[in-house]
Amino acid sequence: MMETAKKKTRMRVLENRELAEGIYSLLAQYEKGQAPGEVRPGQFAGLFPPDPACMLMRPISICEWRRDLSALRFVYRAGGKGTRSLASLKRGDEFSMLGILGNGYDTGSMAGKDVLLMGGGIGIPPMLELAKALTSLPGTRVRALMGYRNEELFLFEDFQKVCEAYAATDDGSAGFSGTVTDAARALSLSADVICACGPMPMLRAVAGLAEEMDAECFISLEERMACGVGACLGCVAKTREVDGHSHVKNARVCTEGPVFRARDVEI
Amino acid sequence: MNRPDLSVNIAGVSFKNPVMTASGTFGSGMEYGQFVDLNRLGAVVTKGVSSVPWPGNPTPRVTEVTSGMLNAIGLQNPGVEVFVERDLAFLKQFDTRIIVNVCGRTEEEYLAVVERLADEPVDMLEINVSCPNVKEGAIAFGQKPEALYRITRRIKDIARQPVIMKLTPNVTDIAETARAAEAGGADALSMINTLTGMKIDVEKRTFVLANKTGGLSGPAIRPVAVRMVWQASQAVSIPIIGMGGIASAEDALEFILAGASAVAAGAMNFVNPYLTEEIADGIEAYLVRHGIGSVRDLIGAVR
Repeated sequence: MMETAKKKTRMRVLENRELAEGIYSLLAQYEKGQAPGEVRPGQFAGLFPPDPACMLMRPISICEWRRDLSALRFVYRAGGKGTRSLASLKRGDEFSMLGILGNGYDTGSMAGKDVLLMGGGIGIPPMLELAKALTSLPGTRVRALMGYRNEELFLFEDFQKVCEAYAATDDGSAGFSGTVTDAARALSLSADVICACGPMPMLRAVAGLAEEMDAECFISLEERMACGVGACLGCVAKTREVDGHSHVKNARVCTEGPVFRARDVEI
Repeated sequence: MNRPDLSVNIAGVSFKNPVMTASGTFGSGMEYGQFVDLNRLGAVVTKGVSSVPWPGNPTPRVTEVTSGMLNAIGLQNPGVEVFVERDLAFLKQFDTRIIVNVCGRTEEEYLAVVERLADEPVDMLEINVSCPNVKEGAIAFGQKPEALYRITRRIKDIARQPVIMKLTPNVTDIAETARAAEAGGADALSMINTLTGMKIDVEKRTFVLANKTGGLSGPAIRPVAVRMVWQASQAVSIPIIGMGGIASAEDALEFILAGASAVAAGAMNFVNPYLTEEIADGIEAYLVRHGIGSVRDLIGAVR
């Protein structure tokens, strides 16, 4: 795969709005000539909060790559100081960004297959770019099953526009009542490949579901990061086999990940 | 005016400029080589290398604090054999000095790495007796002057390359620590390593780092580091490599004026991956602006 050089760039805010309580959608544009040649679904970028008291970037998954606008869309939860500061950005404001980071999903290997995308909470956004990429591959069936806390189904309409989409909610206020894995079983969904992003208990359940179905399973992990480029070894995931970098069993989420084959990591 | 002279000499090793990378923040240069030209650096100081692979600590390993960060990586590294075959081979392609940071749990483990590197293309060794994030070794050797003296002596007895002792700031009297390393035969000092810190998540009522404590780095520690470099430079006559929150050429110049012969950028590489080259350019511009012929004229020149 062609690797786009990583760089730190200035980004201009085209839009930053609240989609659901505490969940924001930020569309940010590259300066002329700075846009990357390729963005893979599942990759992420490091957004530097405009608050000068914040030092490190915040790793946020790419929700959409708008090549037509040379812009990236990020959907993130404003939880801590840094992301709340990002939420304060207005149209026309600028911020610094380190990107594009991480491996992303190998969509080519999923061409012609039956793929089930499962997202939970703030793990939902990267599944949208993945859905878009997969539906453009001939003969590929894509279904999205997204799990929410309540009826605030952020991004769900975007999924409905590109593929067959199902929602599940923890409180039963919309879609299926229960977890995404409950919903998948209730709907008797089967697939050749499952791609998932979400909280760790969900990922464990999804990995179990994939085994039941004898499906390949790829999961996108989250971890606290410092450098984002593989130098500091802050963000590691435990792996079943010895990793290629440190020759222990700790792979770098920012570099070997964030997307891993579920059976390759201890979750 | 001719271009100013940025070269410095530490323990008989010449460096094209005084800008280095702080151990643990720059890997072995591969990752940041896509942002900066490694040929432009005075030296690459590698991440700590042990005799066998070390897995490091559980996650979370890093967290941000105001103007700084805490880390408790725990010196994850592939061990000296993989380091020599892969990382050293990579670094040899560049016209920059190679300083290998050496870590261990026991004196014997340090000595094993030093011995293994004896005939390798390594310009200097930096001995990590100051990492606060591993249970055995490391900082335990750096906090007691007698232990520091002893391990320095033992390493000097077998090392083929000049030896830099990397000091911890987690001591009562940094001058005493510096003198112990010098007495043990150290050729130079690196300072400072991180300050031991802690962060608590009040909502969850838990430690943020799995290791509970971590090393504080970043601009938050810079004034402490500048002060300690100055104190140590008054106490010893061996050269000092200064580090601690350097984010610009101006910050680097503070360390040099305080008495450092060279400087290293660490955590701020994470914020500005172009930082090391910018510091080299900035020091040169400063020398031009002030009509100073050599950066060596600035070492310890604070009045």
